[in-house]
Amino acid sequence: MLRVGVVIFPGSNCDLDAIRAVEIGLRAKAVPLWHKDATIDTDAIILPGGFSYGDYLRPGSIASHSPIMQAVKRFAVNGGPVIGICNGFQILTESGLLPGTLLRNTTTRFISQDISLLVTSNQTPFTKHFAMGQRITLPIAHKDGNYQADPATLHTLQENHQIVFQYTDNPNGSHWDIAGISNKEHNVVGLMPHPERALSDWIRTSDGLQVFQSLLAHLEAQP
Amino acid sequence: MYKVTINVDPKKDILDPQGKAVQHALLNLGYTNAEQVRIGKHIVITLDGNSKEEAYDIGIKMCQDLLANPLTEEYTVNVEPC
Repeated sequence: MLRVGVVIFPGSNCDLDAIRAVEIGLRAKAVPLWHKDATIDTDAIILPGGFSYGDYLRPGSIASHSPIMQAVKRFAVNGGPVIGICNGFQILTESGLLPGTLLRNTTTRFISQDISLLVTSNQTPFTKHFAMGQRITLPIAHKDGNYQADPATLHTLQENHQIVFQYTDNPNGSHWDIAGISNKEHNVVGLMPHPERALSDWIRTSDGLQVFQSLLAHLEAQP
Repeated sequence: MYKVTINVDPKKDILDPQGKAVQHALLNLGYTNAEQVRIGKHIVITLDGNSKEEAYDIGIKMCQDLLANPLTEEYTVNVEPC
């Protein structure tokens, strides 16, 4: 049975949703990993949303130095699929696995709402099932989702098809309407919206399900 | 013992929405000459070191490793004996 690790930091609060998404979306075993764990024995990794270490200093900054993140870095460098959602995205940029940074929303407000996105890369393990340019709806819930990178980095992202999700109506001031990106190798993805909160139509949208079903297809195709 | 005082501020070309909001509040209070407000962090660390220079170098290293994000923030380190 496929095993997907969900990392729990002090202050994570979307870990149970992520575990449920693994069970529903992948029908795989969700393996909770503690921030002090130093090894990873799973097929993929999810860094869930929340406020790791109280968002002290900068969101994600302290979590990026935890023992589990050293293991996540090794896992990612070896090509393992890693997705960081919301605070998980912030942890990925702070740890250097993804370029750029996430600053305070230009409104300075916490924004919690459903939002329309375009899928702009289906080359990642988490977006294989989407059509290019597909319009989807996912919830966002963040205060620091304003993606910023220098112009050279933005152009590199575009050239390498690393821009994965873009807002159709930019809520937070992100450069180029960026809601999610990948690394150059496409196995590490970070996004501010919450696919794990969008698994059934009765909670308004099931568009998040395809993120997890994409991962399932990717993992099943591995030798 | 040395007192290492570190200031971490948003770089000049980085938008500081928090500073902007506070500037608006100051303008509303009648401080019409408040042209710009930038908000950073003030971190005070007491540490043991062999010399002022060593304490300074440790402060710089702390900024590089954790305290500042080089993409968006700049920092100053100041050391005094305590």
